[in-house]
Amino acid sequence: MKLKHTAMAGTLESSDIMVTIEPKDTGGIALDLTSSVMQQFGRQIEAVIRDTLSGLGVENAAVIAVDKGALDCTVRARVSAAALRAAGQEEFNWEVRR
Amino acid sequence: MDEQLLQNIPHIDEIAHHGVFSGVPAKHTGTFQDRAQRQNKLLPSLEDAVRATGLRDGMTISFHHHFRGGDHVVNRVVDTLARMGFKNLTLAASSLAAVHAPLIEHIKNGVITHIETSGLRGELAEQISRGLMDCPVVFRSHGGRAAAIRSGELHIDVAFLGAPSCDPYGNANGYSREEGGTLACGSMGYARTDAKYASKVVILTNKLVSYPNAPWAIPEYDVDYIVVEEDIGDPKGIMSGATRYTKNPKELLIAQTAANVIDAAGYLYNGFSMQMGSGGASLATARFIRQMMLDKSIRCRFALGGITGQITAMHEEGLIDRVLDVQSFDLDAAHSLKHNRFHHQIGATYYASFLSAAAVDQLDFVVLSALEIDTDFNVNVLTGSDGVIRGAIGGHPDTAAGASLSVVVAPLTRGRIPCVIGRVNTVVTPGDVVDVVVTDQGVAVNPKRPEVAGKLRAAGIRVYTIQELKDKAEALVGVPDPIRYKDRIVGVVMYRNNTVIDVIRQIDED
Amino acid sequence: MEKRYVKDRLRRSMMFVPGNNPGMIADARIYGADSIMFDLEDSVALTEKDAARFLVHNALKTLHFGKKEIVVRINDLSGGLGVRDLEAIVPAGVHVVRLPKTDSAQDVIDCEREIARIEEKHGIPVGATGMMAAIESANGVLNAKEIAHASGRLIGIALGAEDYVTDLKTTRSDGIELLFARSMILNAARSAGIAALDTVYSDVNNEEGFLAEVELIRKLGFDGKSVINPRQIQPLHRAFIPKEKDLQKAYAVMDAIAEANARGSGVASLNGKMIDRPVVLRAQRLIALAEADKMTEEA
Repeated sequence: MKLKHTAMAGTLESSDIMVTIEPKDTGGIALDLTSSVMQQFGRQIEAVIRDTLSGLGVENAAVIAVDKGALDCTVRARVSAAALRAAGQEEFNWEVRR
Repeated sequence: MDEQLLQNIPHIDEIAHHGVFSGVPAKHTGTFQDRAQRQNKLLPSLEDAVRATGLRDGMTISFHHHFRGGDHVVNRVVDTLARMGFKNLTLAASSLAAVHAPLIEHIKNGVITHIETSGLRGELAEQISRGLMDCPVVFRSHGGRAAAIRSGELHIDVAFLGAPSCDPYGNANGYSREEGGTLACGSMGYARTDAKYASKVVILTNKLVSYPNAPWAIPEYDVDYIVVEEDIGDPKGIMSGATRYTKNPKELLIAQTAANVIDAAGYLYNGFSMQMGSGGASLATARFIRQMMLDKSIRCRFALGGITGQITAMHEEGLIDRVLDVQSFDLDAAHSLKHNRFHHQIGATYYASFLSAAAVDQLDFVVLSALEIDTDFNVNVLTGSDGVIRGAIGGHPDTAAGASLSVVVAPLTRGRIPCVIGRVNTVVTPGDVVDVVVTDQGVAVNPKRPEVAGKLRAAGIRVYTIQELKDKAEALVGVPDPIRYKDRIVGVVMYRNNTVIDVIRQIDED
Repeated sequence: MEKRYVKDRLRRSMMFVPGNNPGMIADARIYGADSIMFDLEDSVALTEKDAARFLVHNALKTLHFGKKEIVVRINDLSGGLGVRDLEAIVPAGVHVVRLPKTDSAQDVIDCEREIARIEEKHGIPVGATGMMAAIESANGVLNAKEIAHASGRLIGIALGAEDYVTDLKTTRSDGIELLFARSMILNAARSAGIAALDTVYSDVNNEEGFLAEVELIRKLGFDGKSVINPRQIQPLHRAFIPKEKDLQKAYAVMDAIAEANARGSGVASLNGKMIDRPVVLRAQRLIALAEADKMTEEA
């Protein structure tokens, strides 16, 4: 996925996460994560963000994530939405529930 | 009567006496109103009172927390003591709130070197969790504190007690029945213990009323000095109008389930007794209990504890016969204490001390909140999920131990934080006295109470194991990484009999 | 073919959950609603439609909803949003798609065609996904019968009153304004053998008004009602729980039938009166409702 401009998804409400993605040419994924549950879940949130971006084929980006206790499925949704917005892409290859 | 005759009295050595009557001191003849102006316990300033008490470095001072977040007494007194050059004092408060953050400076300056309290919040709590104090803070329940004071384990040298009404001889109260009198804080139950057992007692009042200030929370014979201070607290912080029932649907769901559990377990009968916490779900349980009482045409013999307007409204509509009030939580409760003759003010010892037969021992059920519950039913109400102190023990272990059925209510998860976990960060109330856990996603009954589980099942309430609740929480939010602590102990948690039940360690943020 | 939906089931309450609110989505299952309806339409701002789609898609795939019926309200198909919604939620396993603003049978047919296309694309058996149609206009009400019969996937039709009263040039009041629409929708639904679902009651603090409306639609014959606040669910369910004496009578009827069957007799009677077929049907339905209520305790 080719990112074109900086985009954002999510909110700062409880149980949500606000994700901002800025395109980069090199340097991999630079992640700046803050979370209200950093000690307990910071490691897992970071893993989900990186995994989601990798699944979308985003290799280089500056990502700022402000987490307010979002579940993994929410983290995934917000990262995906932000990435698609950054790519200016509306179509998405939805996968079927296994 | 003379000395000779005295010696001739048979068995005189066995009759306690103070010798022969030798006349009386000069009787006063002025009016009592005039006397109240001149011969009283009033001193012109707090400094004068401090000097009069004979306070010295290393002694223990105490405070009550009936002014909650509106308290100005603790900061005002400790500021004064610091200015007067005191060092190395122990501060033993019935509890402390976020408003007491200025104590941080006095701890750094060595004025306060040890703290005893029921709870800590805000910046003071944060800093203590990060290692502010060399000596660990001692946390006691309200009943445990009352017992420790009475037994002398916690000796108070000087108690500084804010009182919204007081007469020139020291009859002090949290409200006043004078014309136009204040409501202020309602019950002063926790202050009564300090007044009774402290070596010296200073009342700080903003309302000096004519003798006798009846009814009183603290009798004059327990008071040594009185200082009139214009500002002892901020009324807005002391009490809000009425505690409102929550509109949060999750809390209402938990409350409804808790009420169903109490009913199914057989404790909702004519003449029962109860206590409700003031937290969202535990307070809301009262609303559903009320409806069930109306439906069954039954009455409650007494409601105990921290009292809210919901309880006093039920009292006033004839559903609750007696109210025993150790602490009034809102203006409606304070108003009821002032006006309803069967709404009684009680002290901490009467409420919850394990050394006496206390009111908590007469409870049928109590509904209590929790920050965390573990698979051994241990409850934490003191430290947050990040390990930082942010709560108070209150009467949690006292009422859980005393009530025939203790019901702990909590959401299964708060945001992403699971509330039912493998091991609580801090054990405050041991699982042995916790009977039922009610969450928004299921009920668990302590295996020690199989008969309760059976009754709930018979009533169609699904009973999970506590392990199942933990698994449900983890299925939703995942398994949290454990909080990192340093070795250093910053808090000691006492059970209600003042045995050490747990410690709180400094959090590790490195 | 394995269907994701059950045509005939308890639907007293269908709880609206805004599709772009992660907290409410995570909590949706705890309130005991018979059906949960995640909304991609009116509760989601135009600029957030994409984000809500991701959120609902992921929630459907990962969260556990027990035996609850999971409904998603999509945007209407006219603007392209509706089809995008279907692309996201059909593969995620939605049980029932709720089509808003249904004016004609053709709207249902168009939606069904898109669903079938997406099912086929993902290797999902065609026909696995259920549908319901919300009727929100005078046209829709007048076409209610055709709409109700338009697809075998339909589990029910629902009234959406806010748009409807505007279309009628009136406003919500005591219910008289909805009398015709409710009657039409109910009869259309029964004619097609599907569920009839009533509109929301939006003044959540007026429990008395809510209960009066519940009583009205229950008497009319509706299966249930949409709710916008979890606090409305328990009162709603209580109103639908059969009264104990009615239930006892129903059991007595069924006992009499069983006894007649045991005797080999085709004629059953109770208290000297012959039991005719409608009485048996009503008794069966009442018992089913009571049993279903007991079963809703989460498995």
